Amino acid sequence: MVTKNIMIVGVGGQGTLLTSRILGGIITDAGYMVKLSEVHGMAQRGGSVVTFVRYGDNVAEPIVEEGQADILIAFERLEALRYCHFLKEGGALVVNDQRINPISVVTGQRQYPEHIMEDLEKDYRVFQIKAQEEALKLGNSKVFNVIVLGLAAQHMDFPKEKWLEVIEKKVPAKLADLNKKAFLVGYESGK
Amino acid sequence: MAETKIMLGNEAFARGAWEAGVKVSSAYPGTPSTEISENLAKYGDVYCEWAPNEKVAAEVAIGASIVGARSMCAMKMVGLNVAADPLYSFSYIGANGGLVAVVADDPGIYSSQNEQDTRMIGRAAQIPVIEPSDSQEAKDFIKFAFQMSEDYDTPVIIRSTTRLSHSQGPVVLEDRAVPEDRPYEKNIQKNVMMPAMAKKRHVAVEERMNRLSEDSCTFPINKATYDDTSIGFITNGIAYQYVKEACPHASVLKLGLVNPLPRKLIEEFASKVDKLYIFEELEPVIEEQVKSWGISCIGKDLFTRQGEYSANMLREKLLGEKIDVHPAEDIPPRPPILCPGCPHRSVFYAIHRLKLHVTGDIGCYTLGALSPLDAMDTTVCMGSSISSLHGIEKAKGKDYVKNWVAVIGDSTFMHTGVNSLMNMAYNQATGTVIIMDNSTTAMTGHQDNPATGKTLMGETVPMIDMEKLCRSMGIKNVTKIDAFDQEGLVKLLRQETQKEELSVIITQAPCALLKTVKFPYVCVEDREKCKKCGACLKPGCPAMAQNEDKTISIDPTMCNGCGLCMELCHFDAILKKER
Repeated sequence: MVTKNIMIVGVGGQGTLLTSRILGGIITDAGYMVKLSEVHGMAQRGGSVVTFVRYGDNVAEPIVEEGQADILIAFERLEALRYCHFLKEGGALVVNDQRINPISVVTGQRQYPEHIMEDLEKDYRVFQIKAQEEALKLGNSKVFNVIVLGLAAQHMDFPKEKWLEVIEKKVPAKLADLNKKAFLVGYESGK
Repeated sequence: MAETKIMLGNEAFARGAWEAGVKVSSAYPGTPSTEISENLAKYGDVYCEWAPNEKVAAEVAIGASIVGARSMCAMKMVGLNVAADPLYSFSYIGANGGLVAVVADDPGIYSSQNEQDTRMIGRAAQIPVIEPSDSQEAKDFIKFAFQMSEDYDTPVIIRSTTRLSHSQGPVVLEDRAVPEDRPYEKNIQKNVMMPAMAKKRHVAVEERMNRLSEDSCTFPINKATYDDTSIGFITNGIAYQYVKEACPHASVLKLGLVNPLPRKLIEEFASKVDKLYIFEELEPVIEEQVKSWGISCIGKDLFTRQGEYSANMLREKLLGEKIDVHPAEDIPPRPPILCPGCPHRSVFYAIHRLKLHVTGDIGCYTLGALSPLDAMDTTVCMGSSISSLHGIEKAKGKDYVKNWVAVIGDSTFMHTGVNSLMNMAYNQATGTVIIMDNSTTAMTGHQDNPATGKTLMGETVPMIDMEKLCRSMGIKNVTKIDAFDQEGLVKLLRQETQKEELSVIITQAPCALLKTVKFPYVCVEDREKCKKCGACLKPGCPAMAQNEDKTISIDPTMCNGCGLCMELCHFDAILKKER
């Protein structure tokens, strides 16, 4: 098969690493070769972070380059705007419609761009969710990333049951049910 | 069937060392190398430790090697500078038990002070350098390195890069096989580097490197693949993956041993391809040597010395493909920042209020240099904050440094800052040194150090008392203060900076991200009382925002309840509430 390229972008601390680990798990279980590339260290401290996931029969480079992503999963809308040009023609842009101010906005030096979602919809196939709100309904704001992953899963070819199986394996036992519920919230919203 | 596991490059290095029967590992954390030691420690049957710095780590590994055990040390590339002294000389001594130093470079400077190329140090120190290109090779090559170290009587450097260390890929697992320790015999001709012995050992080193250059033409880690011979690439490490991606049909000589180079193999490859490209990230280490042998090739004329490479780079520069993308313009950047509840923010804000100049150091707190805190003038390397402040005083006098402070974290102080402080105490310096003690090595992801009272293997041990340590140097002015005591900090800084003596201020509060830190409180704004002055926003806490009417709001999901904003509000418009 042709190599599939997925990117996960967000703000350091939002849990991109957990999401990529679940993704890596399901891809491996399906028998594909997978390479993932992550950012550790300084950039994790509230900075803009990117994770690349590539899978197929044989994968060489571990990064997704500009104009190549089949799916871009953005945990924050300004980050969706920052990286949307990595999508290939017709790629899916999955966005958590949340705003996190960069420090220049907090201190009033810069404006947070208005109408990001509307602008993105002009050029891309956008699938959005207010995952933070949905997570709060489940009683834990931290699971928003798994909700977003659920929505993104609609654009991949793995069955629902497989996803739930992998989540069970990748998260601590006491949080497994919550994370599975969160996944389904995102998954069902994308139908 | 052998088990296959998806592993981070760094996890694979640890696995390979474990399978190779490594017995002793010592390291100082540094992105992108940290996870090597963390993962090795998890096996439980290898002695693993955090050393206070990379020089110590290398020397620990050297001791183990001399008495015949397989040993390793791991570090980021700037750490190799710190460890250079022992390694340059150990190159002359040679390894008894295999000794491997895993060194991770950072092309693209994701988390470092410079973009240096470890292969250059390998050349200078005459130490062989091996470079894998994915997780599987990370595991396989480190095993090869241990064997080569013993076969050729040499320490071996494994060079990684951020992209390799922090990428995950499939790895086929094998069992651990611990070789017998090699016998130790006292041999001062080989193990004591005095001039008479070192002169002879230099001859041995040259002979070893020549032999390696010959033998490596048939090493399995150097591999020529011939396909379309109109284009040939010599490449190494992660750059190989980009060649495979963009030019799958080109002929490729992939070098696993990048120092010394397999000259005959390279000459043979060059003779069989029409056009030869050298595709190597950072410095033209291979290119310059190949050119010196009279072989024409194209390298840095086409490909930059800066940053990471990519397949798109080859598509554009070689294949003439235009990558037509349109990034959004003029959007606010999102640099890393100090976290909500970070004790450093409070200390830097006090420094900011007093408009002090700051010699800074390496850690999360280097972020204090950025707006809105703007509380740093210099950052050079680990420990330099203290020594640089001393130099400033000696150049400009006691009055001049009344407007300066040095700022250093607890782990960095243990690393090399302590030497610098000894120098200040010894040479009768005037100056104020702030040790920001957040009880961890935070930037690299919370590793322990001699001042935290825990080891890499999880043991509880006596912690170094930094106050007593400073006092033992004869420093009279040593004060501990709560890092969140904003007014106390301002007062103390005013007082200590005016003394014509050496002062140490130890600011204390644990890193907000430490799992042991609980946040019982959350700060809540009262919009009725808010006078819209913006005083609370000045330290730049990311949990805070200004509303359209200029009142403020605090995001309860981000706030860690440190109370700095509350302390800065003159109108009681911010309250701490229990969660």
